[in-house]
Amino acid sequence: MADFRMPALGADMEAGTLVEWLVKPGDRVKRGDVIAVVETQKGAIEVEVFDEGVVSDIVVPVKTKVPVGTVLARIGGEAAAPAKAAMPPTPVPVAPPRPPAAPPPPAPARLGAKVTPAARRRATELGIDLATLAGTGIDGSVTLADVEAAAIARPPAKAAPLPAEKPRRLGFDPAEMRKAIAAAMARSKREIPHYYLSDTIDLGAALAWLESHNAAQPVPQRMLPAALLLKASALALREMPQLNGTYVDGAFHPGGGIHAGWAISLRGGGLVAPAIRDADQRPLPELMAAMRDLVQRARSGRLRSSELESPTVTVTSLGDRGADAIAAIIYPPQVAIIGFGSIRVRPWVVEGRIEPRSLVTASLAADHRVSDGHLGALLLNAIGRLLQEPAKL
Amino acid sequence: MSAKIHLDRTHLHHLLRQMIRIRHFEMKCVELYQAQKIVGFLHLYDGEEAVSVGVIEALTPEDAIVGTYREHGQALARGIAMDRLMAEMMGKLEGCCRGRGGSMHIFDRAKRFYGGNAIVGGGLPLAVGVALADKRRGLNAVTACFFGDGAVDEGEFHESLNLASLWQLPVLFVCENNLYSMGMALERAEAETDVSRKAASYRIPAVVVDGMDVVAVEAAARRAVEQIRSGGGPQFLECRTYRFRAHSMYDAELYRTKQEVEAWRKKGPIARFRNWLQESGLIHQEEVQRIETEVDTEIAAAVAFAEAGTLEPVEELERFVTMEGVPP
Amino acid sequence: MSPAATGTITYREACRQAIRDALLADPQAFLMGEDVGRYGGCYAVTKGLLDEFGEDRIRDTPLSESAFVGAGIGAALAGLHPIVEIMTVNFSLLALDQIVNNAATIPHMSGGQFAVPLVIRIATGGGRRVAAQHSHSLEGWYAHIPGLRVLAPAVVEDARYMLAAALADPNPVLIFEHVMLYNMEGALDPSVNAVDIARAKIRRAGSNVSLIAYGNGLIKALAAAELLSAEGIAAEVVDLRVLRPLDTATILASVAKTRRVVIVDEGWKSGSLSAEIGVRIAEEGFFDLDAPLRRVCGREVPMPYAAHLEDAALPQPADIAAAARGLVRPGRT
Repeated sequence: MADFRMPALGADMEAGTLVEWLVKPGDRVKRGDVIAVVETQKGAIEVEVFDEGVVSDIVVPVKTKVPVGTVLARIGGEAAAPAKAAMPPTPVPVAPPRPPAAPPPPAPARLGAKVTPAARRRATELGIDLATLAGTGIDGSVTLADVEAAAIARPPAKAAPLPAEKPRRLGFDPAEMRKAIAAAMARSKREIPHYYLSDTIDLGAALAWLESHNAAQPVPQRMLPAALLLKASALALREMPQLNGTYVDGAFHPGGGIHAGWAISLRGGGLVAPAIRDADQRPLPELMAAMRDLVQRARSGRLRSSELESPTVTVTSLGDRGADAIAAIIYPPQVAIIGFGSIRVRPWVVEGRIEPRSLVTASLAADHRVSDGHLGALLLNAIGRLLQEPAKL
Repeated sequence: MSAKIHLDRTHLHHLLRQMIRIRHFEMKCVELYQAQKIVGFLHLYDGEEAVSVGVIEALTPEDAIVGTYREHGQALARGIAMDRLMAEMMGKLEGCCRGRGGSMHIFDRAKRFYGGNAIVGGGLPLAVGVALADKRRGLNAVTACFFGDGAVDEGEFHESLNLASLWQLPVLFVCENNLYSMGMALERAEAETDVSRKAASYRIPAVVVDGMDVVAVEAAARRAVEQIRSGGGPQFLECRTYRFRAHSMYDAELYRTKQEVEAWRKKGPIARFRNWLQESGLIHQEEVQRIETEVDTEIAAAVAFAEAGTLEPVEELERFVTMEGVPP
Repeated sequence: MSPAATGTITYREACRQAIRDALLADPQAFLMGEDVGRYGGCYAVTKGLLDEFGEDRIRDTPLSESAFVGAGIGAALAGLHPIVEIMTVNFSLLALDQIVNNAATIPHMSGGQFAVPLVIRIATGGGRRVAAQHSHSLEGWYAHIPGLRVLAPAVVEDARYMLAAALADPNPVLIFEHVMLYNMEGALDPSVNAVDIARAKIRRAGSNVSLIAYGNGLIKALAAAELLSAEGIAAEVVDLRVLRPLDTATILASVAKTRRVVIVDEGWKSGSLSAEIGVRIAEEGFFDLDAPLRRVCGREVPMPYAAHLEDAALPQPADIAAAARGLVRPGRT
């Protein structure tokens, strides 16, 4: 028997409202199935289950707000085997009186899960449920960085249950989200000594390659320049690991991979940046598909819990209707954010002559406690270089 | 201090008293051991009293002593207070080592008594070093280093004799040859059983003396010390003696016969010396009895002192593991 | 012996100057050991000192480790300040009785009546292709013994100034000089003329992982930190300096900062100093750890002669860097 609990999800959330059950008692579920929808400040989140079995009991009805950690449903193991026929009694030797049984040890949050001591202590301090975290450390262990990153997105749980509130409409609450953004960005500007760099990149080669690639694809498969920008950024970060990670407790913790937060602005206001894990390792079409899927689901308020695993860096692109350049604010505890302005045709000097070229201004805001401008410039240079050979991305 | 013994009554009575002090002290130790007031290993000196008494009579307070683990006799002869010695045996704070050393590890800085060394042979290098220090500091002091025939088996014996001879250091090596290293008879342990010849091989003048004859031991020790003081380098004294009791309190004595023990007892240093004194008219029976009574009074007082002693607080367990400074 | 470059000094010369200073400053100090005089020292540390100080203070001894170490203890008990040199740590085993049963015990066993203000200098360590009876790192054994202070100078400053502090200590002090360091050159800060013999030291600051090392292991750890730096990993290198008593506070402070630890010990892993350090971290710094402890130690073999085998038997900078990398960036090699 396993408990399915209200996960710690969503920025500055202390409790969540269960808005939809996607299973009913008797349904068989397996690890990874989305079985419920929870509304948070970031929107409605599809929540996955990490146990296998049959839903035996729905504990919390829909439209109920409960604190993080509350049991929402119980998942039974395999259906019980039919009871064995009663056996004839057999003589049993008289056992000596047993010593009083020791109290059972506390059950681990997740059997077999590895959590480092520092991460465990920090999680206790922050009220983070370790069972909801995926580890990036040795042997998949949950590290301090994992907990710290989760803490940004997941506020501490409160022990006392909150009274149920009026159910909200499915989706996100713009006012709540604005509060969350305000808190994170204020903290960033208060704590992180930003430095800013920008560089203009000639996208001629990249756009030409994209055009020929897209010509052979059906419309839904066509790729946008943003995928190239994201991939080039992720690859460049491989070369500058000090710009990929988190800064916690006075120390930089390198990311366990390049998990790029892709900034998505929501209709009606607000912003989320769910992670695309291992963005540097994904082929372009897969990356494009992942971005499309994320945008679609973010805007419909249906991000999955696993997608809220903390990014190690954020990439934002203003798109067609944006501005020339962006001076972005780092999302703490990350240490860098890479921004792309709108791609525009502008005069450019090529071999001594002025030519019209498709240009983009790439900018970097980075944490001066971890890196210096020299390293930041190298990153922008690398992005520019990588974008000159789009076929290799 | 002269190289000659003064065979006057006072000195002779003193020698007898010292040996009786040791013998009676050891008897009291047996009693206290049986009462479990003394615990651990307890190596008694019965039978060997003439050796330490005779040798130490030849020393001055400026000289140094490195003892063995059968050293109660050496300690008493040196003048370490009996009450502090007894308190040490009983593990009391008032003991000469605060009860940390016990029977086998008696130290007394004021008496220049450098152990109580319970590693057979381990004291010899120390004696070489003490003598080296005294020589470098121009003290003209002698370090008397006691050890048993068992130490002769050890490499440290040979290394130390060589080094002391090589550097001409003022060490008096005193071998208490009681014929057994624990249960191992000398002839079963040594290819050359004449210990003095080993010393000679390091060019150290060596004398064999009857270790059951306190006057002979003292006379030999005085000659050796005189030689050392005159800058002649180390000397070696092999005192042939015998241990009347077991190696450590009790053993089955499978390694020697009762007849052998009895034969040696007849040559016992105290009985022999006392008889000689009486026969020579140098002491009367009443004087012997008075010495014994006085010694027993001293022992009773020492036991009372030790019994009344306190235990070092456990909080001080780690004190002196490392020193804050060199004691004055 | 290569002449030191301008402004620098070799570790060997630093050791020699330290001995010379001690003999000049303290009339109770003298040096003894095998071939320290006429030969000039097995590693040439004491070359020239016999001429300057004479045979009374620079004493060649016979090959009697137990006797001359014991004599050093006896001389210290009786008021001198001996400096005893043991040619190599493997030979010190012949004097183990004196060091462990006498030097370490007498102050406590005598109830504080006697101090043993003795210094024993011992050459240690592998790398010189002298195989299994001259190359081991047994200083960890001595660090086990209460009553001893055990030092491991790894930089010329410590080689130059630790001896004076050791002689001022009323306790027996063992100084382990790694044979691979004698030719090492380093600069001496003219404003420094003394060092402590109590604390570990951060030789390089970093935030991602702590490399804890001593002796020649420190040199290798610093090389590893350089390799890691090129990969964006900031390693903090802790020089233990004092193997007993261990400066646990400095170790724990570094662990609290970096949360990841690699312990470097040229000695064997089983029952080693590295084990002691690891357990202290586990006992007192457990909740600061963000990764398992790692150790890079000597392989558990008698030291082989052949160069490639000896190199393989000893921790190397690449091994240390790999261990650190595995902690900081799990999943990548």
